[in-house]
Amino acid sequence: MPKHETPLLDQLQSGPWPSFVTDIKEEAERRHKNEGKVEYQVPVDVCDDLLGLLELSYTDGTTHWKHGGIVGVFGYGGGVIGRYCDQPDRFPGVAHFHTVRVAQPAGLYYTSEYLRQLCDIWEMRGSGLTNMHGSTGDIVLLGTTTPQLEEIFFELTHKMNTDLGGSGSNLRTPSCCLGESRCEWACYDTQELCYKMTMEYQDELHRPAFPYKFKFKFDGCPNCCVASIARSDMAFIGTWRDEIRIDQEAVAAYIGGELQPNGGAHAGRNWGPFDIQKEVIDLCPTECMWIEDGKLMINDRECTRCMHCINVMPRALRIGNDRGLSILVGAKAPILDGAQMGSLLVPFVKVEEPYDEIKEVIENIWEWWMEEGKNRERLGELIKRQGLAKAISVVGLKPMPQHVQEPRHNPYIFWKEEDVPGGWDRDIAEYRKHHQR
Amino acid sequence: MAFVSSGYNPEKPLENRITDIGPRHYSDFLPPVIANNKGKWLWHEIIEPGILMHKAESGDEVYTVRCGAARLLSVGMIREICDIADKFCGGYLRFTTRNNIEFMVGSLDEAKKLKEYLNSQKTSTGNYKFPVGGTGAGITNIVHTQGWVHCHTPATDASGTVKVVMDELFEEFQQMRLPAQVRIAMACCLNMCGAVHCSDIAILGYHRKPPIIDHEWLDNLCEIPLAVAACPVGAIRPTKKEITTASGETKTVNTVAIKTDRCMFCGNCYTMCPSLPLADKEGDGLVIMAGGKVSNRISNPKFSKVVVAFIPNEPPRWPTLAKTVRQILEAYAKDARKYERLGDWAERIGWERFFEKTGLPFSEHMIDDFRDPAYYTWRQTTNFKF
Repeated sequence: MPKHETPLLDQLQSGPWPSFVTDIKEEAERRHKNEGKVEYQVPVDVCDDLLGLLELSYTDGTTHWKHGGIVGVFGYGGGVIGRYCDQPDRFPGVAHFHTVRVAQPAGLYYTSEYLRQLCDIWEMRGSGLTNMHGSTGDIVLLGTTTPQLEEIFFELTHKMNTDLGGSGSNLRTPSCCLGESRCEWACYDTQELCYKMTMEYQDELHRPAFPYKFKFKFDGCPNCCVASIARSDMAFIGTWRDEIRIDQEAVAAYIGGELQPNGGAHAGRNWGPFDIQKEVIDLCPTECMWIEDGKLMINDRECTRCMHCINVMPRALRIGNDRGLSILVGAKAPILDGAQMGSLLVPFVKVEEPYDEIKEVIENIWEWWMEEGKNRERLGELIKRQGLAKAISVVGLKPMPQHVQEPRHNPYIFWKEEDVPGGWDRDIAEYRKHHQR
Repeated sequence: MAFVSSGYNPEKPLENRITDIGPRHYSDFLPPVIANNKGKWLWHEIIEPGILMHKAESGDEVYTVRCGAARLLSVGMIREICDIADKFCGGYLRFTTRNNIEFMVGSLDEAKKLKEYLNSQKTSTGNYKFPVGGTGAGITNIVHTQGWVHCHTPATDASGTVKVVMDELFEEFQQMRLPAQVRIAMACCLNMCGAVHCSDIAILGYHRKPPIIDHEWLDNLCEIPLAVAACPVGAIRPTKKEITTASGETKTVNTVAIKTDRCMFCGNCYTMCPSLPLADKEGDGLVIMAGGKVSNRISNPKFSKVVVAFIPNEPPRWPTLAKTVRQILEAYAKDARKYERLGDWAERIGWERFFEKTGLPFSEHMIDDFRDPAYYTWRQTTNFKF
């Protein structure tokens, strides 16, 4: 018999999609049976009480979690989110239900051995419930008590050689697409750069010293599979500056219908025979492609690398060889002043160890933001407040047309005194010699 | 149960302490075929829904079988996933950024067997455990936030709303018959830790009542200046108030006053001050936004736009939400051109046609009135459609 009746949640056990309710219920049963003779360090009925509490929310339409308390591990200012339930008497199993964020391996590859180790720790020292993965990319362990935090940290670091992730006003756990590991479009090794930057800035990740959160995301190409351009204060997006490589035989095979467009992504509907003019050339946003003598031609100088033609004909077209990344800054969700998309700051940088050029951009931006940013002001908001030109100057770049979609709409230019001959200190008496009052 | 020490000594926290080691290096976890061909992939193909094939310069091929999963996974379920990886994939697996699981094998034959196996795994209540799909021009898994399962600010549940929408659109997860991929995301409050603001379809929990002020406790639990500063519309000011406490005592306390007609219910004050809760059964519900994307393909990345100002919370199965998402998806699937993302379709036909074709009502709530950027969303041309 379940500890709490959950008639509303039970209705989420029907339907084809995997049911989290069924999964939690089964975990609750496993805990009670405890076939593995686990020495549970948090209440055995933690999953039952979570279901009971959730049923209450489904009944009264409101959450029953309190504001996070300040809990964590010694020496770190992040990685643990304190969480307490507001009905501890009815649901003592989840009275304390803290989240632990665990640093995920870049690209989210795992061995079963590693995951089993993690499961063993979390079954004994926590609720046995996780998120694979949290929104920012961490492995999220949902629900443990304060005395277990140091124990979990000790086991993670000693047994699994794994650290906590970020939370609070610090560098959040960086994340990346799978990159070169299994994608032909990766313009740089996203996993390696993500790993190296995560390691380089461990202090910034664990010890909050920033005005607010700061996110890095690494996308291998402009398809942006980790949404870096929308979701990270600093987005590293792979690109190239030479020619798209063309295999004309494969182009002909696409035209001839031997190869499926877009890698077969549209195979579920009859869209008719592939039409290169309609599906590729006419959809090119810069109109820089044409067919000449049966061959596909590209004016690469006009190409903005949107990826459409490459996505449609992956066997015929490949990213260029002179590869690197663009850095865009300031993306964030709407809180507070409205959503912001990343704005182009560094059009191109080569991705070469020891990544000094990239680190210089990061550190210059941080220095400015830590100096000028207000409490809880995201980088994007600071850039709006002080101007993109300021951000460009902070990283020592020259402003260029690539930085804007279009020039400004108003002539209200904030000229600096040093840019105007003679400066701003003028003598009114001298002026009046030629201009009567 | 007795306390079991990990080896950590609370008397000497620095003894044997390991810190700042970051994540494990990814190379510890790459399947051999992936490690061997890293950076040398030539092209890929979706063989059938849920099965991808990547071809390397070496001639090697890797077949990936992708399946959906709930984001919330128990250790019991993760162990089952590990069993599958052990049985079919030499103990290797990966997750996608959208909470799918990917199993990689060496041949199409193995991939097909694995797909069949995964699709045959059902829970005790008859749901798929590992439905294969989520590739190409279809629906893939919904990324989402914590909701009522684990968060203090939500206006709705996340896992539940996602479950019902994925149930509703399940066949599209298993097929590739849409004009382009449709990315759905769910965030349970305006904080958007799920950052749904650039999704083809975004489901967003939203409060509609200003905070309740817990005057008696506010000055003890909050820094009043921080609560005041937290408000983006300047609706909060410090004040003094005479109150009668629960024990009958009358006293004057430092607290805040809120200009409720300025409030747009973002909840940022509650983030800074636990004495200003917003949650409310009738007030809270969902907003649907549509037409955003993050890819640079063909058109620039763009924000999602509000297309449904409010859907009430209808737990446990949120029927209006599920129906509305389907309504948008069906209108798009019927009318959009091949490769056209939902937002590109809406822009091509015009948003007036979007509302007509989806059958969604337009109201004043969809006209932006927040700050300067609002102006750029009004129609400053005579070019419109009747």
